[in-house]
Amino acid sequence: MTIESIESFRGRARTWLAENMPRTAGREPAPIIEDDSHEWQWARELQKKLYAGGFAGICFPKEYGGLGLTPAHQQAFNEESEGYEMPLLLNSPTFSICAPTLLDMGSEEQKRERIGAAIRGEEIMCQFLSEPGGGSDLAGVRTRADRDGDHFVLNGAKIWSTSAYAADWGLCLARTDWDVPKHHGLTMFLVSTRAPGVTINRIRMVNGNREFCEEFFDNVRLPLSAVVGEVGDGWRVASQQLYHERTAMGGGSPYTSGTGHPAMMPGATPVEVATALGRTADPRVREMVGEYLALNEVAEQTSARVTRAIEAGDLPPTAASLLRLLHAEASHVKHDLAVEVAGAAVATGVGNDEGIQGRAAIGFLMRQSASLGGGSDEMSRNVVSERVLGMPREPAPDRGVPFKQVRNGR
Amino acid sequence: MELALSPDQKLFRTSARGLLEEEHSLDRVREMKDGEPRWSRDWWRRGAELGWAAALVPEDLGGGSVSGEGVRDLALLAEELGADVAPGPLIPVNTVLAGLVEAHGRGPDHTAEIEALAAGESIATWAVYEPGREWSPSEPDVTATPVDGGFVLDGTKDRVQDADQADLLLVTAATPDGPAQFLVPAGADGVSIAPQWTVDLSRSFGEVRFDGVRAGAGALVGEPGAGRVVERQLQIAVVIQCAEVTAVLDRAFGMTVQWAFDRHSFGRPLASYQALKHRFADMRTWLEACHATTQAAAAAVQAGGPGAARAASVAKSFVGQRSLPLLQECVQLHGGLGVTWEHDLHLFLRRALLDRALYGTPRDHRLRIADLASL
Repeated sequence: MTIESIESFRGRARTWLAENMPRTAGREPAPIIEDDSHEWQWARELQKKLYAGGFAGICFPKEYGGLGLTPAHQQAFNEESEGYEMPLLLNSPTFSICAPTLLDMGSEEQKRERIGAAIRGEEIMCQFLSEPGGGSDLAGVRTRADRDGDHFVLNGAKIWSTSAYAADWGLCLARTDWDVPKHHGLTMFLVSTRAPGVTINRIRMVNGNREFCEEFFDNVRLPLSAVVGEVGDGWRVASQQLYHERTAMGGGSPYTSGTGHPAMMPGATPVEVATALGRTADPRVREMVGEYLALNEVAEQTSARVTRAIEAGDLPPTAASLLRLLHAEASHVKHDLAVEVAGAAVATGVGNDEGIQGRAAIGFLMRQSASLGGGSDEMSRNVVSERVLGMPREPAPDRGVPFKQVRNGR
Repeated sequence: MELALSPDQKLFRTSARGLLEEEHSLDRVREMKDGEPRWSRDWWRRGAELGWAAALVPEDLGGGSVSGEGVRDLALLAEELGADVAPGPLIPVNTVLAGLVEAHGRGPDHTAEIEALAAGESIATWAVYEPGREWSPSEPDVTATPVDGGFVLDGTKDRVQDADQADLLLVTAATPDGPAQFLVPAGADGVSIAPQWTVDLSRSFGEVRFDGVRAGAGALVGEPGAGRVVERQLQIAVVIQCAEVTAVLDRAFGMTVQWAFDRHSFGRPLASYQALKHRFADMRTWLEACHATTQAAAAAVQAGGPGAARAASVAKSFVGQRSLPLLQECVQLHGGLGVTWEHDLHLFLRRALLDRALYGTPRDHRLRIADLASL
């Protein structure tokens, strides 16, 4: 069967977008601060429009509700969608991580129902991975799922789940066997966020952002059909999620639609601060702005180079951690210089409004988030030194021993 | 380094390496005496036969590049020579050629000089810095006064690379119509050259005085007031610098990683200490970024157009800023050995310090980036 040519697809997309999708017209979605349920409702409506028009799930297989086309088709659509409102909120993690992982490892029923519903704009997915007891040591999760006849019973707590409050389903990593080493006793479950016993709270960050959540699972009953992949094979599923996450962060996911990211973090760049405060004539300010622009560009250049090198096999996939470190550094420099350029003005806003200088200050309060999200800098440094440079691995007393014998705090 | 090289580019690289190893080992660099010539004209001429001075010159002017993208080939060559902190007029000759080729077709004809330089028969260098001044090529104090259909040059240049071995000096000078460049024989009456101490053992620099030096109308390069030619020269110099410094970093970092595996303290290799592993990870990150921005600058300068100036300044700002801390980390991780004369690290540090300073410091280039961003 031949598929539609890219150019024909692009042409249809252009016409359809012009007739059906709203123009952005400078409307930037507001950062996720307080009640943003209207933003999520709007994203679902936009996704439903895409589905009705035959432009949703471009790279997902037809049998699961997609179009079965190629990344080049998605790319063409993304280019055409510039200037139109798109359901960007649904891209991550629903389309970039959860749905592709189900596609790789889920059961036929999971693929048909969950991927299909996501493409139709009816459902949103999230990830329940990290736990309050440990961020970097993902395979050390202590949320437990105990077999009880034809069900599993889920108990425990998760944290740092992005936009779980808006989701319908979550991929939850839980321990099902405590008698084997930590990576072997894990199972991935597809959990309804509305199941009895699930409690979701939104976490308020320093900058007011409320996208992250914490969850508590109290005797949540899960049918056997909730298992993703095999019982005891959860680490492989989680690794696949992490793989899709890295791919998406590098801008390489074929499953996301539209360009750009939803606004999440209030902040200000040194350029914005210098311009807004009228400091562009000061040579010291100009030098700082030049430093910011240079490092920003170097980070982009390095992303392009390392991504190509990984694709070509010249660097191992773990070299993506180089980008993680460089982007964190670039982010630090951005916030540091924004504060520096603002000078004494950073102390107060404009009347009751925070002003550009207040945004610089609040961005600075969140400075370390770039070194924490998606794995800490310290973990990235371990990865680079051990996996890229081949240096000896850190000793790990939890390796190869039954997980129930692994020490957990004091 | 570029990730994918053509067979021709690989050959270009290996031939350069061969000629380099024949004449210039790191040990030889270390033993160079003050006043001793850093390289021989015969060696440079043989390099020119391999294309070391031809990459930026069109074929009809006696040049040609192996890939058809001369700037990228030149960056490749600079990496190869830079990894050995090689001597030689790679920057001076190619920078002057960049200007002559850019100006070709406007103003007096310099075809013969271009051909001789590309063939390695002649050596030219750019006399642009002036004593006590930072990078300011558009505001020269050296003057070129119009007299009898020609010019008379007066004033002093310094930090002129290979001034002692050059046949031709490309001199920036102020004219009534704005700053201009003149191609002046180094042996002309009124030109005097004095050597200058330099931190880099394999390079030599001189101060050049012009006392009423007569230059014919034909010495002019391009037209007065045209900043475009100087800009092109700067971009080429910066690409070569970034490429050679990145190669230096590659080599120093590789040596240091190997050292960390080999050296044991308290019964463990240095490479097993997390405190050190994390520093190596940061260094590896900066090194990759140096490669990326150098490669991007070479591609942008190759393509020309409005992005070239910015890409060159981004690369120089970053490589200039990061190279020295990265190398000092290599020294620190080597322990006391790292600050001994016998170790190679100081040869690398010397080159990086020199290249950071010349053709705009990172600060100068940041200011350029701000200018280019129309801030």
